Amino acid sequence: MTENSAELRDTAPLVALRGVNKHYGALHVLQDIDLEIAQGEVVVLIGPSGSGKSTLCRTINRLETIDSGTIEVDGRPLPAEGRELARLRAQVGMVFQSFNLFSHKTVLENVVLAQVKVGKVAKAEAERTARELLERVGVGAQADKYPSQLSGGQQQRVAIARALAMNPKVMLFDEPTSALDPEMVNEVLEVMRSLAARGMTMVVVTHEMGFARSAANRVLFMADGRIVEESTPDAFFTAPRTDRAKDFLSKILQH
Amino acid sequence: MGLIFENGNFSAFVEGFLRTIELSALSALFALLLGFVLAAFRVSPVPVLRWFGTAWVTVFRNTPLLLLFFAVTFMLPPLDVHLDSFTAAVIALSAYTGSFVCEVLRAGINTVPLGQAEAARSLGMGFGQTLSLVVLPQAARSVISPMGSVFIALPRNSAIAGAFNVPELFSFQKVLSEEAYDIFAIFFWIALAYLAISFSINAVFSTLERRVAVAR
Repeated sequence: MTENSAELRDTAPLVALRGVNKHYGALHVLQDIDLEIAQGEVVVLIGPSGSGKSTLCRTINRLETIDSGTIEVDGRPLPAEGRELARLRAQVGMVFQSFNLFSHKTVLENVVLAQVKVGKVAKAEAERTARELLERVGVGAQADKYPSQLSGGQQQRVAIARALAMNPKVMLFDEPTSALDPEMVNEVLEVMRSLAARGMTMVVVTHEMGFARSAANRVLFMADGRIVEESTPDAFFTAPRTDRAKDFLSKILQH
Repeated sequence: MGLIFENGNFSAFVEGFLRTIELSALSALFALLLGFVLAAFRVSPVPVLRWFGTAWVTVFRNTPLLLLFFAVTFMLPPLDVHLDSFTAAVIALSAYTGSFVCEVLRAGINTVPLGQAEAARSLGMGFGQTLSLVVLPQAARSVISPMGSVFIALPRNSAIAGAFNVPELFSFQKVLSEEAYDIFAIFFWIALAYLAISFSINAVFSTLERRVAVAR
């Protein structure tokens, strides 16, 4: 997958950030971020905590606002909060660290709700789509349970199905496996890998270096609000260029 | 104790009882509507609406209900607004109780993790959908019990209307007192009537609580 990465980037970018800056009070969390993501590309954001990678991910569907710069999705700048933005968000899937499944709805209802209320899909069709997707992520048997009755790994797979049900152009993953018990990490990564293989455009904030290696087209290393290093996973993991990246990798790959 | 059955007192008693129920029910309905709107304002992304909601709650929750009754009774006619005493009482009670309903709802909304609203928004839901489909149904669980307290207080608060020309349950007391009946006997019957109303409301909220608990 890595070899066609350059070729992917020749077409118009699906997501483009230019000169993006954001502050939390005195803290400059995003500093002059420029980033283009091509259709079908899988970009993995890694870096120490507090480096701004989650914030960056969340600016793409404007869950975080920015102070300056522009963000375009599919050629259109992100609109201000309102109907327009809601329409755009429906095309940008998001998967959270803490799953955030609607706890008062069953698994099936979780996947159906936005299809019907936002996408105006007929209920029967939405349910068919939901069951297909739940089957695809391997939780078809849990459709009538409530989220709290599922394991973390199952919940996160439902969350992925819920996002996919909107037929998004790009999927954002904000540390999707960080809240999971170790034995459940792989079942989620497996679903993500198969998504990547199907050509989904993905932005993934993660600490799973194995996933970055095997599924990413490009790795972005962030530190102190900046994209410090950007390369193919092979180049990044075997020969990091910057000291910050070398330091980071030496700390996490030691054990 | 037999006073209630003398001299047509019983029909006056029943009339007052029904008037209290009517007053409370109407006020409860408007307070509920008002409370929902105010709560939506208070959590809305629009600063003007938030400001309005906060101002309303600050004014009406902190003003003695008696003062509100004075306000609608004596401050509206100079503005050329003439209301019968029953309507004025409904307005005062709704404006007052609505501010409490708003705060109960807002407290409930705050118990729902922020991630729930974020997930809803990231799926393309607008503010109204996020609130009504995702946040409020989950807030309901924690809201029902304190909401019960607000609505049990309402009929008892409505007794003030008796001093403002509304012939409701409590004003019945004045009439009988003037006829020199035993004051303890009078209050016994009135207390019994208020108790009946409170218990009924309590029963409704207990049922609701069980229902919501089962529905997760």
